[in-house]
Amino acid sequence: MKILVCITHVPDTTSKIQFTENNTKFDKSGVQFIIGPYDDYALARAVELKEQLGASLTVLNVGEAETEPTLRKALAIGADDAIRVNAFPSDSHFVATQIAAIAKENNYDLIMMGRESIDFNGGMVHGMVGELLGIPSVSPVMKLEVDGEIVKMAREIEGGKEYLEAKLPLVAGCQEPIAEWKIPNMRGIMSARTKPLQVKEAISEENATEVTAYQLPPAKGAVKLVDKDNVEELVRLLKNEAKVL
Amino acid sequence: MYSVIRTIFNEEHEMFRQSIKDFIAKEITPYNAEWEKNKMVSRESWKKLGDNGFLCIQAPEQFGGLNIQDFRYNAILVEELGLSGCSGPAIGYPLHNDIVFPYILHYGTEEAKAKYIPGMISGDLISAVAMTEPGAGSDLQAIRSTAVDMGDHYLINGSKTFITNGYLADVVVVAAKTDPKLGAKGISLFILDKNMEGFSKGVPFEKVGLHAQDTCELFFEDVRVPKENLLGKVGEGFKYLMTELAQERLIVGLAAVALAESAFLSTLEYVQQRKAFGKSISDFQNTRFKLAEMGAKLEQGRMYCDQLVSLHNDKKVDPAMASSAKYLLTELQCWVSDECVQLHGGYGYMWEYPVARAFADARVQRIYAGTNEIMKELIVRKLLK
Repeated sequence: MKILVCITHVPDTTSKIQFTENNTKFDKSGVQFIIGPYDDYALARAVELKEQLGASLTVLNVGEAETEPTLRKALAIGADDAIRVNAFPSDSHFVATQIAAIAKENNYDLIMMGRESIDFNGGMVHGMVGELLGIPSVSPVMKLEVDGEIVKMAREIEGGKEYLEAKLPLVAGCQEPIAEWKIPNMRGIMSARTKPLQVKEAISEENATEVTAYQLPPAKGAVKLVDKDNVEELVRLLKNEAKVL
Repeated sequence: MYSVIRTIFNEEHEMFRQSIKDFIAKEITPYNAEWEKNKMVSRESWKKLGDNGFLCIQAPEQFGGLNIQDFRYNAILVEELGLSGCSGPAIGYPLHNDIVFPYILHYGTEEAKAKYIPGMISGDLISAVAMTEPGAGSDLQAIRSTAVDMGDHYLINGSKTFITNGYLADVVVVAAKTDPKLGAKGISLFILDKNMEGFSKGVPFEKVGLHAQDTCELFFEDVRVPKENLLGKVGEGFKYLMTELAQERLIVGLAAVALAESAFLSTLEYVQQRKAFGKSISDFQNTRFKLAEMGAKLEQGRMYCDQLVSLHNDKKVDPAMASSAKYLLTELQCWVSDECVQLHGGYGYMWEYPVARAFADARVQRIYAGTNEIMKELIVRKLLK
């Protein structure tokens, strides 16, 4: 069995977000990058499946050279090899096209990724990859078991869970609690440097969308403390200032 | 925090650093308050460190180790534990890795290595080193614990005090007199394990700081120690201690800077939030000058540490250099934590504030691993040579 896990290279969740070039570009200065947290769940489950089923596990990132430490971390966590498609991940369709091209070349049985990245939060790549390959795509997957050719999954739906099965090959957009995040251990870190990391040029594809500007949410205002006995004042503030009533 | 770029670490070190940070956030920080109440870290935490391969990384492969002879990894572990502000773990785990383990690795018999090293790697065996006695601290030559050669074993009697990791320790390197008539040349080192008859422990001490550290007394009453548990040669214990103490003092210095940085970072945040006279206290000149003084000295301390770590990797740190580091960096830690308390005002004296703990934790750093007065003596001996 061959598993492909697609990972994003995203700012750490504690990073201070700023933009440059007239609010059209993300300012990377001083920002630490990590594996996308949802992708990290997918990777953790894939490592478990690899051990359980004796599968091979490849990680893939569409990104420029700066993303290689993130791929090396995925290798330290347990992937066998890595592929970097050498291109800036400019929009969901572009990224999905690159992933589909690699998948067609290598015939993976199971393609896993996070339900969405945590930088641009499109949440579309898994669906597009499924469509481009003509195979099912399921998201957000909270539980995933492989039983021969059948994949048994639990998926989050409004107010509950949905249990479903599908045949391999399949694309899964994953989220917690599919597996517990794995911290690279010392042996993994030392072996990561010798595992293969292949760089491939992107296939030509135009963006389906173009970002014209980014805007930060408005700064939070100061806290107003209202005396616990002064309910009328609280109601007045919620109505007239916060405008939530 | 620093404007100077650190140059001694590569991509793998940074990956290791991130792993350690994640490990601390998941397995140490959430439990530290509970451990402080219990006066010790959990045994489980040692096992988890072992499972992740973070214990005794320099151990040979034949014993299950990774044979990583790169002190930068050890330094990163100390630094990140210190930066977490979890002082008990920041002292206890590195003591096992970088202070006790080298005695067994460098001077242990093959039988002793095979018996103890695998457990020390996995975290099943926690270790300590016992030199100080109720009547002998800085004056190590005056220890009174004895080890008598009984032909097929040694018989050890005596007691030790202020033993870091003591209460949880399964394996203890003990200094004892094999010839009480001799001073330094009468000292030998032995490995004792907690299952030996006659070996008992006191309860963890009520200390001013380092509350998650299980420091205690150890007692030896006719403890029969097998011959293979002698470290190196009879009468050479003092020499081994002087050799290995350089790394111990360097580790204390590295922890000092990281713990001071942790107190400083929490203070940086506090002074920007706390208001007085209608503005943040970070707007007052006194605060700004104090922050600048501390920031500059910590940056200098960090660069000094990096240089020492690099030199130590090349085995070029001598006892006087390690003494200078321990002296200067622990004084820096005490000064920074005191200034940080002052910037917090009354809240800085409240135990729930990290800076209050940092202040209490810092003080002992100038005392153990050789007092700073002994450090000065070692420095000046080299200067006057």
